[in-house]
Order: sequence, then C-alpha cells, then structure tokens
Amino acid sequence: MGKLPIRARVATTLGEAAGKVSRLTGRGDGSVIGGVVGLRVAPDLLRQLAAGRQIVLVTGTNGKTTTTRLVTAAMGALGQEVASNAFGANMESGLVSALSGAPDAPYAVLEVDERYLPSMIKMTSPRVVVLLNLSRDQMDRAAEIWLIARRWREAFAAAPDCRVVANADDPLIAWAAGSASQVTWVAAGQRWHEDSWCCPECGSHLRRDELGWRCGECGLSRPSTRWVLDDDSVIDSAGVVRDLGLALPGRANRSNAVMALAVASLFGADADQALPRLRKVVSVAGRYTTVQRRGRSLRLLLAKNPAGWLEAFDVLDRDGRPVVLAVNAQVPDGKDTSWLWDVDYRVLRGRRVLVTGERRIDLAVRLEADEIPFDLVDSIDAAVDLLPPGGFDVIANYTAFQQIRSIVGRSV
Amino acid sequence: MAADGADNYLPGADGTGKAALPRRTPRHAAPSPAGSYLPPLPAGAEPMTKPMPRVGYGQAASEPPPSAWDRVPADRAPGGQPPWDRAPGPAASGPSVEDPGGLGRPASDPARSGRRSATRPSALRLVWIYPDLLSTYGDRGNLLMLERRARLRGLAVEPYQVNSDQPVPRQGDVYLLGGGEDLPQVLAARRLRTDGGLAGAAASGATIFAVCAGYQLIGEVFGGAQGEPVEGLGILDMRSSRGERRGVGEIVADVDADLRVDRLTGFENHQGVTAVGRGARPLARVLLGVGNGDGTEGAYAGHVLGTYLHGPALVRNPSLADLLLTWAAGPLPPLPAAAEALTRRLRAERLAAVSA
Repeated sequence: MGKLPIRARVATTLGEAAGKVSRLTGRGDGSVIGGVVGLRVAPDLLRQLAAGRQIVLVTGTNGKTTTTRLVTAAMGALGQEVASNAFGANMESGLVSALSGAPDAPYAVLEVDERYLPSMIKMTSPRVVVLLNLSRDQMDRAAEIWLIARRWREAFAAAPDCRVVANADDPLIAWAAGSASQVTWVAAGQRWHEDSWCCPECGSHLRRDELGWRCGECGLSRPSTRWVLDDDSVIDSAGVVRDLGLALPGRANRSNAVMALAVASLFGADADQALPRLRKVVSVAGRYTTVQRRGRSLRLLLAKNPAGWLEAFDVLDRDGRPVVLAVNAQVPDGKDTSWLWDVDYRVLRGRRVLVTGERRIDLAVRLEADEIPFDLVDSIDAAVDLLPPGGFDVIANYTAFQQIRSIVGRSV
Repeated sequence: MAADGADNYLPGADGTGKAALPRRTPRHAAPSPAGSYLPPLPAGAEPMTKPMPRVGYGQAASEPPPSAWDRVPADRAPGGQPPWDRAPGPAASGPSVEDPGGLGRPASDPARSGRRSATRPSALRLVWIYPDLLSTYGDRGNLLMLERRARLRGLAVEPYQVNSDQPVPRQGDVYLLGGGEDLPQVLAARRLRTDGGLAGAAASGATIFAVCAGYQLIGEVFGGAQGEPVEGLGILDMRSSRGERRGVGEIVADVDADLRVDRLTGFENHQGVTAVGRGARPLARVLLGVGNGDGTEGAYAGHVLGTYLHGPALVRNPSLADLLLTWAAGPLPPLPAAAEALTRRLRAERLAAVSA
C-alpha cells in the first residue's frame, strides 16, 4: 500500500475499519460499507487502488459470481495473490473493498454489475473483460439489455488496450464485444434464445443452425472461436481436448469454467495447471451447497431470471427427485413477477413440485397454466416435513434463497 | 454517442461494426433448443429471411402450408401436429367455406371469407404478433391465459406466433401484442405498417389486445428511442409520447362500466404518456399508478383494446381475458369455481397488498 497517495491510504484504512464494524455487529460481510466509506474520503480511490495491477472484470446477466470464483481459482495457478470480490458485491464500493483488502495482490478478478461496466473499465483500466451472456433480468430496476450492449460497445471502442473474452454463442454479447480491438471468442453455448431472435446490428430476424447464428441481412455472424465447450470437455486454442470433470453441476458451470480457462491462459496459466483448481470449487456463495435438515438433504440452487431458471432446471437430477420452488419479489428480486411467464415449467412434469416463497401464489397460477401439479407450502420447513426422507433440490430467487439459507444453515 | 438511437439499428444507416465480426462458420456450438418455448429450427429448414408464402388459414390446397415457424410449438398438445400443418387432404382441398356459426362477426364480411375451413369450423385462432421483437417480460402469459380460459369452456384453440420476418395472417380471431424495448418497438411498428395484415384484421373486426409498447404502436404516433415521434399503425385513436419520468410499479384502475370488467390490477413499467382521441375511449380510471398519465389508463374502440399493464396483464385480470374471448367467440359460460380459485386468490392478494 506504500505506493498509494496519503489520502487514499487514509480512505482505505477508514474503509477497512467500517467493514470490520459491519462484520462484528453482524450487519453484513463488510464488503460494501468499507468501500462506501473509503470512496467518501477519496472519490478516486478505485482508480488508485487498481493502478499497476492486472485487472480482470467479469460481467453478464448470469454466472458472474461463479465465473469470478472460477477465474480466481484458475489464476491461482500463477502462484501469486489474486484479489477478488468473491461475495458478489459488484458495484464500485465492492470493488474498492476487494482491492483495499488485498493491497499487495498483483492480480484482481472483479465481478462487475452489467450497468456499471463502462465506468469500471474507465476506472480500473482492466487487462481483460469477460462477457458471459445478456438476457432479460428484473425489468423494473435493470436497464434494457440492448441498451446495455450498446454502452458496452461504446466502452470497448474507447479502451483499445483492453482484451475481451466473450461468449460467441450469445449474439448480443458478440455484437457488444465486436468493437473491442482484441477478442478471445469462446464457444460457451447459449440455451436461452428469447432475447436474441433479432440481429443486434440491424434488427433482422437471426438465422440459427448447427453452425451457430448469423444475420442474413447485414452479415453479422457468430465469430469463429478459440476455446470450445464440447459437452463435458473443453477444447483449447491448440485443439487439445480435456475432460472438465467439475464438482459444480450443470451446463452453465461448464460454460463458466471454459471462460475461466480462456482468461487464465491469457496470463500464462495453462489449462493443465488451472483445471485441477477449478475442480476443487464445490459451492459459490452458498449456491450448489447441500445442507441437512431433519433427515433430508437439500441442495440449494439460485435462479434469478428466466435464463437462470432454465439453467437451474438443467442441474436437476435425472432421477426425478422432488423440487421446491421459492419465489419472492422484494427489491433485489425485482418487484415484478412477470418473468415467471417466461420460464417453461413443463420440464418439471413427472416430478414432485412444492411451491413456497412470498409470491408463491403468482408461481402457483403460473404452474397451473402449464398443468404442473404442485403443493403449496408456507415455509421451507413445511416442505421438509411434507417430503419423504431423502434428498431434494431447492430453486429459489435471490431473497428467497437468502431466507432459506438463514433457516437451514449456511454450511458452505 | 448518445444520438445514435433508432437509425443505427437499421441496415445501411450506420456502417460501424458490420465488419467487426468475421464470417467464418464455427465448428461447434449448435444452439440447443432445449427449454426454449419457441420451436427449434428444423433440420433443413428454409432460411428465415426468405419471404414466407403469404397464405391465410383458409388457404387453397395448391398453396404450400404455412411453415412450422408460423405457430406456437405443437408440443403444447403432446403428439398433436396442428391440423393446418398437415399436408392438405381431400377434406381441405375443396373451396373454403365461411363459418356459418357466427363467432361474433357476420359471415358475409368479405375479410372473413376463407377464414375457416370446413374441417375445423370452430377453433379460436390466437395470434401472438412478433414475439421476437415484442416480448420483453412475461408477455406469453396473455396467450397462455386466453388459451386456458377458452379450453376450460370447451373451445378449440389454435395458438400461432408470427415472427417479424413473417407475414401477419388476416384471419386470426385474437391478436396479441406485447411489450418491447424502444428500438424493437420502432422496428415492429415499421414492419407491421409495411405488412398491413394487422390493420386489415382490425378493420375486419378481429379482436386486438396490445400491451405497453404494443399499445403505443397501434396508436397514431408514439415516442421513439430518442423521444422522436414515430408513426404508429393508426388502429386505435390515441397518441403517445415520451414522458418525463418512468412509471414503474403496481397499478390499479377501474374499468369503463360499459365493459363490465373487474377492477384492473397489474404492473406497469413505461415512460409513455398517452392521449386518447375522440375515436376511442379510455379503458379505465387510475386509482394507483400512472397509466396514460392523465388519470386514465389504456384505451379501447370496437374490439381493439390497449393497456399499460405490462407483461402477463390477463393473468391477474381474468374478466378482461373473458371480455376478449367474448368479443371473438360470443357469450361464454362462467368457469367452475375450482378452476378460478388460484387466480382469485392472486387477485385478492395483489389488491390487498397495494391498499395496505
């Protein structure tokens, strides 16, 4: 920290103190308040803390927190400290806390809220920006995604030294990254198509086939890729195929892992070194954790928007064990439950379904329309009591997930 | 680059970025259709940019059947291929007959000729317009609710979806338009104006239900991406523009008594201000929320109805759904209480939540 100006040093120290108070008093994990206090003292603190480090920014609608964790794990292969906002505090204050908490780390992997990416690029001058996906998300408070993509595009055009690692299978991502001077394209897949039927460049209906996507009007098309997710394997830029063998479940996490490997390789960590580290990640901020409750084992899955629910359904086991769905509509969830109608619940047919959460009636009406039988329960414990001993999955949106964790325990 | 709104969205209006991506075809990553509501691209399917044959539902046997893209996936009726997607058989090869059974409009209406084939005299055709452009947040809910409430009454239903690269059929019974971001809204309005199918259907008395961006674009004019006036379809006599602030939150409104529809409950999320003209009437009077911005909410005229209640507006407003079905199919029997129980509970819960 010795290289920081005096004001920044004071700001950092005050911020750390505030974070400590927050933790000690049980108000939070301190990753936001510390940054808030620091920025009050030194508004330029993030720029100063980022200076001289190799910064990776990770953004997208889904998978930010997990990918940030995976990139951090992969870069651990370099043998040096990596700073990170591991708990998803992804606005300026969270980034400040992460960097001030690791003043000597030469690397930093930072999750960034989609809307703040352009300003965070300006302030941190990242070496690499990771673009995962863009889809509809909490419309009452999030910006419209075409607008976000346009702002990203402008930000990359103004940051010629920044390399982008981008998912080529998401047309909106590909279009946004297309203005960057250097792009590493990754075939990370895209299962949610509902927000990319039309060409981001010209608005024509996109054509999709086994070769990817392309616009018949303006010629925008899926770029060729250097890294490929191929079922359970990753194919690197040299064509070497490796089995991923992750502990984290689901296609979305395999996709996140390939993005992480592509990033790490840019810093010199090859896949043979990085992959074993990715396999050791078993849960991320409570997600994918299995907890015990009254003789049942509950696996906790977080899904915050339609594309996230689609990926969560993919994680459900093939044996058809029961699933509890929990939906709230507090501010962090989005107060508008319209998104429930964008999720296709028919994949749950044949599975025991329980419905809970503060907005369980909204979800119940939705399931009724899809002709999915279900039981309404008013708490996670009521679900536990109703289900036979054994295991089941819980899919919950943000605050519903936190509520359930506070009841069943944080056995991270 | 704040002023590069709508124009940059159109081919040829802005050269930037077109050459940014190489055109080499990749070796991998066929997009998986799993989980997508929309039908997967069938192997060997025609390019979507190729103009679709302009066929109505009562097409002559010599014309090709509509492509699979012209409908909602058949898997909503497991194993059942929609009848109009079959190769035309002898029964369908004769001249189309007009529906004598009156679905609320005169059979002599020229716009309806050929509308219903002899083989399927009474299926209700629900047409979802441009879900590729106008479906931001749960808009499918309106289609699902209409479908459900019609089927519960024993009506046969044929849901269609028409993407923005396809012609709009004129023989639908109910047309649904959803919400959209600014640029897709401008694009959808332009295409629908060029196509003419929706205006034609409206002129022949079809029922049209339009939500949010869809509501604005069936009017005379609306505000584009930079607030500039954009020409609408002129189906409903009202004019919209960009307001000062975004209206986001629960909305409650009492519907014009003539329509005999229960109090509206919904969510709005828009920045539009709408003035209803003499050729239409406000749908409702706002009790909570913003609506049109002048104390009214939505508008209607004949069988065309628009509202700022966004997304799945019909889910919490089943009597509005039934009004639309009645316009299209005539009087309906009430539903059994059990079929309504959850919907009623949801309505009561949401109305109680905002009055608390």
